Amino acid sequence: MSVDTEKNPTDVPAPSTELIRLENVTKRFGENTVLDHLDFSVNAGRHVTLIGPSGSGKTTILRLLMTLTKPDEGTITVDGEQLFPAPEKQIREVRKKIGMVFQQFNLFPNMTVLRNITEAPVTVLGMSKDEAEERARGLLDLVGLGDRCDARPTQLSGGQQQRVAIARALAMRPQVLLLDEVTSALDPELVAGVLDVLRDIARSTDITMLCVTHEMNFARDISDQVLMFDSGRVIEAGPPEKIFSDPEQDRTREFLSAVL
Amino acid sequence: MNWDWGAVADFMPHFWDGLLVTLQALVLGSLISFALGLVWALLMRVPTRWVTWPVGIVTEFVRNTPLLVQLFFLYYVLPEWGLTFSALTTGVFAIGLHYSTYTMQVYRAGIEAVPVGQWEAATALNLPLRRTWTVVILPQAIRRVVPALGNYVIAMLKDTPMLMAITVLDMMGEARLFSQQTFRFTEPLTVIGVAFILISYLASVLLRTLERRLVR
Repeated sequence: MSVDTEKNPTDVPAPSTELIRLENVTKRFGENTVLDHLDFSVNAGRHVTLIGPSGSGKTTILRLLMTLTKPDEGTITVDGEQLFPAPEKQIREVRKKIGMVFQQFNLFPNMTVLRNITEAPVTVLGMSKDEAEERARGLLDLVGLGDRCDARPTQLSGGQQQRVAIARALAMRPQVLLLDEVTSALDPELVAGVLDVLRDIARSTDITMLCVTHEMNFARDISDQVLMFDSGRVIEAGPPEKIFSDPEQDRTREFLSAVL
Repeated sequence: MNWDWGAVADFMPHFWDGLLVTLQALVLGSLISFALGLVWALLMRVPTRWVTWPVGIVTEFVRNTPLLVQLFFLYYVLPEWGLTFSALTTGVFAIGLHYSTYTMQVYRAGIEAVPVGQWEAATALNLPLRRTWTVVILPQAIRRVVPALGNYVIAMLKDTPMLMAITVLDMMGEARLFSQQTFRFTEPLTVIGVAFILISYLASVLLRTLERRLVR
């Protein structure tokens, strides 16, 4: 099922260029087939949320796009360039278009907050240290942590660490931001701060977002497209208003009544 | 048993010579074992058997044969192949090599203890492999293994008397020589015994300071 065939739910006209395409992708872990000949695409500028029971393959899609795991079959294309199968050099190039924020933040504990953000722009993009630091400070301001440049990740709360991780991903200027259950590891009172930041980014940039979340409010709030996954397939897709209030599939209804 | 302070005084000049040699062997041996152990640990991660098998076999062999045998081998057999080094050089290398096969396992454990999320974050940021190792993985791994490496420094210190077997005059060698010449055993052996305790203690204090500075 393809996202770009859906009507854009908001009154903003849908950008029509396709940015991400998975074709016929199959992923198995041992006996277990997580994704089964999946076809899936996302248009540029969309904010897409993947929902569904755990084990349905949502996170696997993000991990495939970030090249943290390889599909057993199929092709993955990003912005017209093949990410899989592709030679290592091409993978490195295409991967520059993608950023990811993890459930467990995964900040580098041996570096300061600032260095966490500047390391990749300097080494990978060849940015000067001064420029990278200036931009990093700007991004830290954006996520509300402008005063914590010199702190170590371990000195920050989970919510603060996750906001640094968001800044770190954005520092690479990706076209796509992958968000893998970014609030699941946070104490409830810290969730709002992270969601606010993401909402801001969703509204103020043209970055394409692909989120896996169990926060249905978040899905409703920032996404213009919700995909319901079950057993490695998209069983229903639509604008959040439609999916949350009037789903067509029984399976979707069951799932939503269980989580809402 | 009688204690003769005169004998202690007579021994001290020899003691200082021996102390210097023991410390040299300890410091250089430690540095070699730290460096070589890291090299072994990294080579064991190269994804081809052409590297991991030879390295695995050599290090397993060195770890499972006695240091004393290795000392004799390096000191008496290598010259037959035209490789001659001084006794101290041979001893330092032997200790370093022997203990590198232990430190490699310490490093391996340290590297494996770095959470997989760190690797994934490095991939997500597109960091090159070499950079991932040097700025992300190794700094975290090494920080974790400092206490374990410190234990091997103490163990190495206690193995330095073996160098006596290949004619190195470390503290033990000096004490033995002195005893043979003067028939005084109690004083020189007591002096070096106390010296070993003091060096162990100082080394552990030093390592604990280092540990505290690293674990921030």
